[in-house]
Amino acid sequence: MSEMKNYTLNFGPQHPAAHGVLRLILELDGEVVERADPHIGLLHRGTEKLAESKPYNQSIGYMDRLDYVSMMCNEHAYVMSIEKMLGLKVPERAEYIRVMFDEITRIMNHLMWIGTHALDVGAMSVFLYAFRERETLIDCYEAVSGSRMHATYYRPGGVYRDLPDTMPQYLDSKLRSEEKLKEINENRQGSLLDFIEDFANKFPASIKQYSDLLTDNRIWKQRLVNIAVVSPERAMQLGFTGAMLRGSGVEWDIRKSEPYSVYDQLDFEIPVGVTGDCYDRYLVRMEEMRQSTHLINQCVAWLKANPGPVMSDDHKVTPPKREDMKDDMESLIHHFKLFTEGYCLPEGETYTAVEAPKGEFGVYLVSDGANKPYRVKIRAPGFAHLAAMDEMSKGHMLSDVVTIIGSQDIVFGEVDR
Amino acid sequence: MKELKQKLSKTFGKKNVNEAYGELTLVINSDDVLEVCQRLKDEFKFEILIDLCGIDYLTYGESDWNGNASSSGFGRARQVQKSTNQKDQRFGVVYHLLSVSSNQRLRVKALLATDNLMIQSVTKIWNCADWFEREAFDLFGILFENHNDLRRILTDYGFVGHPLRKDFPMIGEVEMRYDEELQRVVYEPVSIEPNVNVPRVIRK
Repeated sequence: MSEMKNYTLNFGPQHPAAHGVLRLILELDGEVVERADPHIGLLHRGTEKLAESKPYNQSIGYMDRLDYVSMMCNEHAYVMSIEKMLGLKVPERAEYIRVMFDEITRIMNHLMWIGTHALDVGAMSVFLYAFRERETLIDCYEAVSGSRMHATYYRPGGVYRDLPDTMPQYLDSKLRSEEKLKEINENRQGSLLDFIEDFANKFPASIKQYSDLLTDNRIWKQRLVNIAVVSPERAMQLGFTGAMLRGSGVEWDIRKSEPYSVYDQLDFEIPVGVTGDCYDRYLVRMEEMRQSTHLINQCVAWLKANPGPVMSDDHKVTPPKREDMKDDMESLIHHFKLFTEGYCLPEGETYTAVEAPKGEFGVYLVSDGANKPYRVKIRAPGFAHLAAMDEMSKGHMLSDVVTIIGSQDIVFGEVDR
Repeated sequence: MKELKQKLSKTFGKKNVNEAYGELTLVINSDDVLEVCQRLKDEFKFEILIDLCGIDYLTYGESDWNGNASSSGFGRARQVQKSTNQKDQRFGVVYHLLSVSSNQRLRVKALLATDNLMIQSVTKIWNCADWFEREAFDLFGILFENHNDLRRILTDYGFVGHPLRKDFPMIGEVEMRYDEELQRVVYEPVSIEPNVNVPRVIRK
């Protein structure tokens, strides 16, 4: 019998379990992974270079496209870094709207994650249920910004506009009966806040549904428990953040430790794992969804009680009202200046981080006093997580690699930038 | 943070520690990077390297409207200008550190001599520096000494140049298409023209 040698396997970039365009070069000994070498950059669009050539506001849209399943959280980091350097005050209502949408985004991200993760590991139905709920949240995005995914809703100084009073409704169609139409429009009778509240009330039952399908599922546990165990020391050494770090038992959440926006006025808890395996990371993210629902409820209650402005009235940075421009010279000048040249930031540098669903999403902004950033460095959580792929998959089976990719919650928009 | 600032000033010299926007920056000599980072990790308990990136200061503080704009009008803004800056220390490496135990952040900045783009790798101190250093090498051409695996990471296989340098054009150098006759992908010089819609201005 001839001796078996190690062989190299090319995994991806067009593999459904690669979550996008990951190319993994795996060195296998039989079915056991000896070395994993991820090749990234297939989705590199040069976001940082592009941002250097555009006025500050024009790059907000690029932030959506980084981590394209947690759009508004990315915007939040970028917008906050500009506000920090300008010393701009944001109205409280805008802060609550931002927090509410950050948490909606977190749930959206985790629904996407649970769906695809379960699908990769072999549970088809969770994917369908998760995307059913995700659709409702995408409708919230659409109602508030007109766009289902790439919202560009946060602006330096606040949010683009206040929450709408009505929700768009499904129209009459030959394909559905009148009763059905009435049923699907039922939660759309009030304002967006009513719609979100209705979702937040129903959502815990949905989480329970996913949990019933997975948490005690024998196959799910066989595939996740004790896979890719990362000790807290290693997790810090490898630069983990977010659910990956908490899954390893390190209690660290930027929303608690360095509270931004109005997180310090809200009540929530951070779940922490024990063993640091894929199953713990799964449990942490499931609990995060429950906490996010709780946060959304608090924000909805506050927003219903406190109307007010949602955009700063410093018109050097935010556009003036259209009606003011008709008879106010200064508003007209502000508008013209803002849309032709933009605004200049003072010279300096800042690093601003938010707790994005995947971990710490940071923006390192360097300004030399111009109307365009001198350097924007985007710190994507997935980049550090994917770098640990080699260590996490070593000694595991080929099929576990898929579990690990799912557990890391990789999105290539942010890894490749 | 005050405590940290005092402690840092005491250890590394007062003029090297700056505070702005509630963030601390420690400026170090690029030769001392290993020693300083080791101390920051051991004594100051910065367990996590959050981010490492390069920066190119070639055109820092330059705007598109420096010269006599009216003589050439709008076209001036559309042309990419060659920088005349000569800098002894053009590139820098910026480290962002985080201490989970004391909830502190610190930025460490090392400027590199333009004629010697070498700096010691910190992969031994923080393992996650591996990919971040590869990225800085790829995008800026900064060389990290004693890095085990300094390959390109984000750009294409066989890419030439370092795209985030300020003298690398926005539109790139080459474009790619499939050649029917040769039956393969060919690279050619770019055919598009650079276009700047909003000129860069500095107003104080």
